[in-house]
Amino acid sequence: MKSLTRYIITRLLLTIPMVFILLSIVFVVLRIMPGDPVSSMLGGHAPEKVIEQKKVELGLNRPMAIQYLNYLWQVCRLDLGESMVFKQRVTRAIAEKLPATIELSIFGVIITLFLGIFLGAYAADKRRMARDYVIRLYGIVVYCIPVYWMGLMLQLIFGIWLDFLPIAGRTGPRVFASTFEKTGFYILDTILVKDFSALGDVLVHLILPAFTLGLVLSGIFLRLTRANMLDVLKADYIVAAEARGIKHRKIVYKHALKNAFIPILTMMGLQVALLMAGAVLTETTFSWPGMGRLLLERIYLRDYPTIQGVIIVIALVVATASLIVDIIYAIVDPRVRY
Amino acid sequence: MAKALSRFAGMGKKYGVEWWILVIGALIILAIVYMALFPGAIAPFNPHNQNAGPQLLPPGGEHIMGTDNLQRDVWSRIVYGSQTILRVAILAAIISSVFGITLGLVSGFSGGFFDRIVSLIMDSLYSFPGLILAIAFAAMLGPGVINITLAVAVIYIPTYFRLVRGQTLAIKEELYVEAARSIGASGSTILWRYIFPNVIATTVVVFTLNVADAIMIEAALTYLGLGLPPSIVDWGMDLAMGKKFLPSGQWWLITFPGAMISILALGFTMLGEGLAEILNPRLLER
Repeated sequence: MKSLTRYIITRLLLTIPMVFILLSIVFVVLRIMPGDPVSSMLGGHAPEKVIEQKKVELGLNRPMAIQYLNYLWQVCRLDLGESMVFKQRVTRAIAEKLPATIELSIFGVIITLFLGIFLGAYAADKRRMARDYVIRLYGIVVYCIPVYWMGLMLQLIFGIWLDFLPIAGRTGPRVFASTFEKTGFYILDTILVKDFSALGDVLVHLILPAFTLGLVLSGIFLRLTRANMLDVLKADYIVAAEARGIKHRKIVYKHALKNAFIPILTMMGLQVALLMAGAVLTETTFSWPGMGRLLLERIYLRDYPTIQGVIIVIALVVATASLIVDIIYAIVDPRVRY
Repeated sequence: MAKALSRFAGMGKKYGVEWWILVIGALIILAIVYMALFPGAIAPFNPHNQNAGPQLLPPGGEHIMGTDNLQRDVWSRIVYGSQTILRVAILAAIISSVFGITLGLVSGFSGGFFDRIVSLIMDSLYSFPGLILAIAFAAMLGPGVINITLAVAVIYIPTYFRLVRGQTLAIKEELYVEAARSIGASGSTILWRYIFPNVIATTVVVFTLNVADAIMIEAALTYLGLGLPPSIVDWGMDLAMGKKFLPSGQWWLITFPGAMISILALGFTMLGEGLAEILNPRLLER
């Protein structure tokens, strides 16, 4: 296990430059571009003196290098500063929104993996048959459907025409906000207070957004699974298992899929970025109060600290998720070490 | 002509389904490019005409895709909107490929400290969600066709960089490069005459798939209201506008613009997929 610990530490250290570089790019770009938080806060017609005073208050009058170093020092102390537009700590604003995004992402991933892996394995098994082509076509088509449009169409079909699923928000109006104070993960919260009608409400609200995200991403996993399964199905031990008379279905879905899963797992780490991007778009379509909506709202207000904070946290989420995937991989396959 | 046709069919026999995927993709692209080049010949109305018909008319009759809340013809807006999305997506892909390929070549060839720094920056950008980066850039740059093109272009530079740098590292060690060096070829000659031609072939497929992705990103940005001024006709903006009429059931306002985005992206994806399988016959064994 010792080498595993070292592996984890190495991977952790490697995420630092990534976050640092992203932070620097965003910091510089934000300040080079036209527009600033003071004018978006006070409107374009505020007197010069008021604007100057506000700038001094926010530290925007100082040289950029000093602002940058100050900010870096702040981030090193795990402090993301205070919003320039609202009286609110950035960490708090993010802590309120992050669980919503993560909850959505987790359910999206579950649907994606389920659809992608089983369809991919099935297609590989039926290679070069009509069913294989149909599934592959599904994979390509679903990949080309923009997440937001998929969301709108599902809203139209299930929310408006069939009218049995809610199309916006995380809960209905009847559910009281006081239920959700512990973790911010509504499913956990409702279970913790044993409010099962609220849990049902939360789950119903999750269906359409999670399916939107899951369906769109399933195309990629389908392809990955199919390609890996094709390699595995050619292996000698599969032929041997066939020769021993083990049921074909058992060979495909138990023996082969298990072995094909390892490379799929590594690919999953790379798709986390795609998942986050998808989640942001899904959030805007479904009025889902998560990180994506926070980012968009604050971008219009030029709220530098919040925008920087959101970017840092998203980078950290991506890095953490791929780290977790890599660690699982290292545990499953002991040959992987730095 | 007959000879060309029989050759065409022969290709179909040789490559099977992949060939037909490529052909269908190319046909989709051609149809939409035709739309973009000669919109006046196809669209029955001016896309800005706020008097094309009654308000929010369902599809049928004179307005095959209906009309929107400002009495404009949806089909005409689709036809003219193809110009914006094609221009942005293709231009963005060209810009990012030029920058990415050049950086990848130079970085991989020169190696050393420069290579390390550039690789680190590119890897950081690559691992971050591209769309979110594009949102940030588009918001900072403000609305405009050029600005949105740049915002989309930025996020694909690392894709080309990584591909080209890896290839350059491999080709650099080839015998013919060493031979060129031994007869006194300069660094830039080796880079542009010996390495570049061997790298460029692999970027073709990536370019096509890149355009497909850029189409969806462009539409995402304009859908979020980040990319373009309202005077420009654009599918993503029409989709965002149609979203307001979803609760009242005016389905045609979201269905058609969204479907067009998907179809166009599908065209480029199919072309790329087909090319990938045909250019890389090893994959065909699968």
